[in-house]
Amino acid sequence: MYLSLSDWRERRQVRTDAPGTPFRLSPVVVSLGIVSLLTDISSESVAAVLPLYITGALGLSMVAYGFLEGLHQGLSAVVRIAAGYAADRTDRPKPVAFLGYGLSMLARVGLVFAQGFGAISVAVGADRIGKGIRTAPRDAMVQHASQPEHLARSFGVHRMLDTIGATVGPLLAFLILFLVPDGYRAVFIASIAFAVVGLAVLGLLVPNVRLSARPAAGSTDTAGADDAAAPETAGPPGEAVPGQLPLRPGFRTLLTAPMRRLLAVAGLLGLLTVGDGFVYLALMEHGHLDPLWFPLLFVGTNAVFLLLAVPLGRAADRTSRAAVFVLGHLALAAAYACAAAGGTLAAILGCLVLLGVFYAATDGVLAALAGERSPRGAQSTGISAAQTVVAVARLAASTAFGVLWVLFGAVPTMVGAAVVLALAVPVALWLVAGPGRPAPTGTASRPEDGEPAGADAPSGAAR
Amino acid sequence: MTPRWRWILLAILTVLALGGAGAFAVDAYLGYRERSTGPSQVATAAVLPTGPSVLFRNTAAGEGYGMLASVALGEPAGPRTLTGTACDRVYRTGATVSCLRTVRGISTTFKAVAWDTGGQGTGQESEWALAGIPSRTRVSADGLVATTSFVTGHSYAADGFSTETVIESPDGRDYGNLEKFTMTVGGRELTATDRNVWGVTFANDGDTFYATVASGGSTWLMRGSLSARTLDALAENAECPSLSPDGGEVAYKKRRPGTTPAEWDIAVLDLGGGTERTIELEDGIDDQLEWLDTDTLLYGQPRAGTVGDSDVWSIGTTPGALPELFIEHAWSPSVQR
Repeated sequence: MYLSLSDWRERRQVRTDAPGTPFRLSPVVVSLGIVSLLTDISSESVAAVLPLYITGALGLSMVAYGFLEGLHQGLSAVVRIAAGYAADRTDRPKPVAFLGYGLSMLARVGLVFAQGFGAISVAVGADRIGKGIRTAPRDAMVQHASQPEHLARSFGVHRMLDTIGATVGPLLAFLILFLVPDGYRAVFIASIAFAVVGLAVLGLLVPNVRLSARPAAGSTDTAGADDAAAPETAGPPGEAVPGQLPLRPGFRTLLTAPMRRLLAVAGLLGLLTVGDGFVYLALMEHGHLDPLWFPLLFVGTNAVFLLLAVPLGRAADRTSRAAVFVLGHLALAAAYACAAAGGTLAAILGCLVLLGVFYAATDGVLAALAGERSPRGAQSTGISAAQTVVAVARLAASTAFGVLWVLFGAVPTMVGAAVVLALAVPVALWLVAGPGRPAPTGTASRPEDGEPAGADAPSGAAR
Repeated sequence: MTPRWRWILLAILTVLALGGAGAFAVDAYLGYRERSTGPSQVATAAVLPTGPSVLFRNTAAGEGYGMLASVALGEPAGPRTLTGTACDRVYRTGATVSCLRTVRGISTTFKAVAWDTGGQGTGQESEWALAGIPSRTRVSADGLVATTSFVTGHSYAADGFSTETVIESPDGRDYGNLEKFTMTVGGRELTATDRNVWGVTFANDGDTFYATVASGGSTWLMRGSLSARTLDALAENAECPSLSPDGGEVAYKKRRPGTTPAEWDIAVLDLGGGTERTIELEDGIDDQLEWLDTDTLLYGQPRAGTVGDSDVWSIGTTPGALPELFIEHAWSPSVQR
């Protein structure tokens, strides 16, 4: 790890010396961020009151609700990859994303009228499917509109806006319920209104681009990822010559060496990511922590996330996105250690700051990494594959962690997870850069295959 | 469409959507003010009924919605006494009342409140925080309070829920979370990690209780011992048990095989003979049973077409029995014989 770190620092030195393209925030990224902000207000306000509504207002038991949750999770993962693939195949991500946002909005309309448990399950399921559909095409649009050398920073802007929505949503919902104790329907109507405005921003302000089309001026060659892959495979399927239509994306196009390594690393680290719920539970094991803390922990984590999303994205662009993504997991390991340390105020604050750092360093950066490592014309598929690998690995991790939790108790398990994760980080760093890579021979050389052009090479302007 | 028109259209849509939602919220607020201060839609009485009674949560629109209420046991359809105490779930045994409630606010929380009615008027009150949404409470003859709450995921990605069932008492006795009890099924210890416990019902001997334990998609009726900290399975596919007043039978919800989403019927197990009989219901049941007397059960059923309203129904314990309306606009019945 020492070697990798010093290597990384050295490269940063080189890069800051070279004049880069100035950052110019794309209005499309802002528009997509506002779409996500409004949609998150919509979805999180409903998610916050749904358990209360089902048990308190409808008088149903939660037992059956939990039973169907697993089904929704699986559905969402499958749909996500299919939607990413569809966006690539049609070359138009906007209609696919629109379909996803539209389905979620319709699901919320259905919720207003749903009373039986079956109807509510259908509405919640449709919302999940909509979320699965929209994520990857939207991230592909963010990538398409961003300058390659500022990709992670652009994703940071998007995730910041997204997180503002996720924080405001529950607060708005509980504010409505505070004023109108039985005002669930008012929450649902407000949720629909925000979803409609979000859909309108997407439909009216976001251009219906072709992914294969050259992005507007101000950004440099995005085909760098293909160049990087070129030595590995004879004539990679996603190879794009400027002005020529891309070949059909297929799942095989994902199997370029850099992408394979990213999926492996994301999966490995995902298997050691056990979810915030356990961190909060571990804090509670230390004594009767007032449940009042829980929503505040969530808000606090989000606040740190949204404050740091842009700075950490920027740092990732300047240094190495792969390194920031992997090292972000050190913050998670520290959060585990913090949760194991105790339920003092310092430990609680430490936990939420570290979790926020973890999300800021990994969430948008992963999308940027997956996008830059996908061959041109397969970015949506690539992004969705990386996100699905992480989601499935985290699900498996939570299940396995639950077993260890009972066998060994909260504190030893938490400490164990922290140690294993901290040990996995150097392995992941080595893996993500690519074992046996040739040493860089100078700034003018082609980028090493672990760090495609968008991430590390000096920009075209500097050449 | 020119960019200018796109912006104008977006502005119009935004004003219409948010304005409409705002108007709806204001209307809901005014409607709530009117409902909660207007006269109740049911007949009310000012004085607590003396003698045997049924305690419940009043769901009749108007003043007293969501408040603790009671009717005389002999006259369930008669006027009800409304109190100023809000309860989502309520139970009383002897002089001890346990009430679970939602504390609304920017950060919504939940708590349990227990008090001793010792004679007349309110006695000593004690309260503690609940980990999640109130689901059920029961009180033992010697004043132990069992509470079950649903704990839902807090993270954006985490889904699902778990139950937290705790037995403690205002006087300091604390048996903690029942998930930590040693559990056996057919003589073998159940060590699965996804164990959830809910639906506690107490026997009168100060030690025995019955509860539902769920793991891996199965549910069991288990008999528990407080002193030994154990739970042993008696029957499979049984949820939310309720022990009869004479302690001879347990009534519970039984899931119809292969139903998704789940539907339940009522079943009664004879603890002496071990025989189970099922009372099939046309509309199903998704509430906890309470015994009215040794031959009759009570349960709540949401009112079709009205969100937030429900009725309490009664039904005999022989197969083929049909439910009858017992108390209108009511929820969470607790019988005081």
